[in-house]
Amino acid sequence: MKILVCVKQVPDTNEVKIDPVKGTLIRDGVPSILNPDDANALEAALSYKDDNPDTVVAVITMGPPQSNYMLRECMAMGADEAYLLSDRVFGGADTCATSTTIAAGIKKVEGVDVIFAGRQAIDGDTAQVGPQVAQRLGMPVVTYVQDIKLLESKAIVQRQMEDGYEEIEVKTPCLLTAVKELNEPRYMSIGGIMEAYDKKIIVWNHEDVELSPKDCGLNASPTQVFRSFTPPAKGKGEMFSGSVQEMSTTLIQRLKEKHYL
Amino acid sequence: MAINVIKEKCKGCSLCVKSCPFSAITLENKLAFIGTGCTGCGVCVEKCPFDAIVKTEEEREEKDLSAYKGVWVFAEQREGKIMPVVIELLGEGKKLATEVGCELCAVLCGFEISGLVDELFEYGADKVYLADALELKNYTTDGYTKVIYEAITEYKPEIVLLGATHIGRDLGPCLAVKCNTGLTADCTKLEIDPEDKKIKQTRPAFGGNLMATIVCPNHRPQMSTVRPGVMTIAEQVVGRKGEVVALNPVFEEGDIRTKVLNIVKTIKDSVSLTDAEIIVAGGMGLGKPEGFEILKQLADKLGGVIAASRAAVDAGWIDHAYQVGQTGTTVKPKVYIACGISGAIQHVAGMQNAEQIIAINTSENAPIFEVADYGMVGDLYQVIPTIIEEIDK
Ligand SMILES: Cc1cc2nc3c(=O)[nH]c(=O)nc-3n(C[C@H](O)[C@H](O)[C@H](O)COP(=O)(O)OP(=O)(O)OC[C@H]3O[C@@H](n4cnc5c(N)ncnc54)[C@H](O)[C@@H]3O)c2cc1C
Ligand SMILES: Nc1ncnc2c1ncn2[C@@H]1O[C@H](COP(=O)(O)O)[C@@H](O)[C@H]1O
Repeated sequence: MKILVCVKQVPDTNEVKIDPVKGTLIRDGVPSILNPDDANALEAALSYKDDNPDTVVAVITMGPPQSNYMLRECMAMGADEAYLLSDRVFGGADTCATSTTIAAGIKKVEGVDVIFAGRQAIDGDTAQVGPQVAQRLGMPVVTYVQDIKLLESKAIVQRQMEDGYEEIEVKTPCLLTAVKELNEPRYMSIGGIMEAYDKKIIVWNHEDVELSPKDCGLNASPTQVFRSFTPPAKGKGEMFSGSVQEMSTTLIQRLKEKHYL
Repeated sequence: MAINVIKEKCKGCSLCVKSCPFSAITLENKLAFIGTGCTGCGVCVEKCPFDAIVKTEEEREEKDLSAYKGVWVFAEQREGKIMPVVIELLGEGKKLATEVGCELCAVLCGFEISGLVDELFEYGADKVYLADALELKNYTTDGYTKVIYEAITEYKPEIVLLGATHIGRDLGPCLAVKCNTGLTADCTKLEIDPEDKKIKQTRPAFGGNLMATIVCPNHRPQMSTVRPGVMTIAEQVVGRKGEVVALNPVFEEGDIRTKVLNIVKTIKDSVSLTDAEIIVAGGMGLGKPEGFEILKQLADKLGGVIAASRAAVDAGWIDHAYQVGQTGTTVKPKVYIACGISGAIQHVAGMQNAEQIIAINTSENAPIFEVADYGMVGDLYQVIPTIIEEIDK
């Protein structure tokens, strides 16, 4: 069994702060990390491998050359193979173009039985790339997966819904997108880190994956960013003072004045 | 690449490097260099004090897009009930349709659901495309994608809106690829450009730290998923009628590659978070799962429901279905009481549109106070019982 996991390097949006005066993003010192949901996707593949040692776990990403740090991290966690789709013409891609490139890369990786992706990447928060890759590969997809049982030629998964979950049977090969509730990602192991540096990262450009530049990146993106801005901060409201009793009294008063009670 | 540096003007000040939300700019030989991470967002263009960065529009073939007409709303139903977000989409869709000067249509899929058609007319749909088939009883990605894709190809809508629910965010991307068009995820604002009548879609990114307005100029339909609980609901006009167009889908063996075996509900409250008028939410400050009991007491007193931060969900204190925020539910109640919640951006992203936000936190520096209308520094275990007493008075 070969499981391919789509991973992305993202800025840790938890560390992103807004400059209160200029209203701009402060990016200094913001670390790049493996996208959290992708770590869950990778963990699902690795834990399957724990139980089925003849499994091969591969990771693939489209991104700038620096993404190889994240790929090493994935290998230090236990991934066997890593593919980096990197080319200037891939730049500026929206989800539509990203999925074209990733799908082209996946077609070149041989013998893939199942694909895992994260539900969403924390930089764009679109949750679109996973299902779009599946569409382009002509594979069935289940998104928001919180439990996976891989069986012979099918998988039984739980798909998270707003008020519970659905149990779904899906034929393999298929693509599943992982949510956080799926598992607890492991850390890199010392042995894994040592080994990771001996493993090879395969780098492909647009010619390697047989795409013409007009089908890549910004050129192939139907959507364009018209403008971006930091959201206006909501003004600070009233801070109550006094004892707990006094604060509670004021609160109830205010809510009554405004007819909320 | 649409963003370019005019080398003669660049002073190497690195303001653009710091401003780039995508870390795509580096300084090379003391000049700004736009790397492959560039998404053409244009933040750097505005930040550059020397006008050294420009955004150039690429020449594109003009396509005939005039065959595409009408605003469509995906009328998501579950178990024979129209989802609340559909009514919001019809409200928003009507506004857009009026501005464009076209009709508002709904697409309804399911089994034995023709009874819902009137509801859609009453909330403003001029036309309902109806696909009624056993295969569509439960949502499947393949089944719904096939039917709606075929309808889009045949009837050519200009704009397609879906709720950003777990179903809409599954269906939308698949439809967009099949139609070879763009899709903007999880929008919180939609506008029609008065000049060219194209839609401008605004959405949060970076966990709510940045807003981006997205356009889809050369592909049709223009598609968006819209965050539930953000748009104003359509007004109901009892007895309003419209036209039904039957879609008559034909399924073949192998068209639907997933099977729903079971549907399990884990949230027991009768009121869902998106509909709730009053929400009492708890976070790590509760210190223990039992803390939700006292929140429940307050919620019951106020006729509201309880909710949670992700940290409280992660701690296993409460089910994920109660989570408010970027990766949980977006809520827009009249009153939101945040108890022991620090106010991380991802949490605030899901509740900042509440009419009144009340925060109770032991730390006066908690960021939640920055968005609260009323703030109380104190231990929630003392404050909440006192509030309950006050209400009883
Ligand atoms: C990709 C991503 C997505 C995320 N999505 C979400 C999301 O959808 N929703 C969400 O909520 N979070 C989300 N988060 C997590 C978010 O960043 C925060 O970690 C989380 O919201 C913190 O929860 P909290 O406020 O309950 O806990 P903490 O940050 O630990 O805050 C606890 C607060 O309680 C106060 N306190 C302690 N004791 C008391 C007491 N006795 N009385 C009153 N106050 C007390 C403390 O002063 C503190 O401010 C996401 C994070 C990431 C990276
Ligand atoms: N550039 C990329 N390279 C590899 N995988 C990606 C990339 N972008 C997105 N993905 C995958 O698609 C998921 C959803 O991403 P998004 O649609 O950007 O929210 C991520 O969690 C990844 O698994």
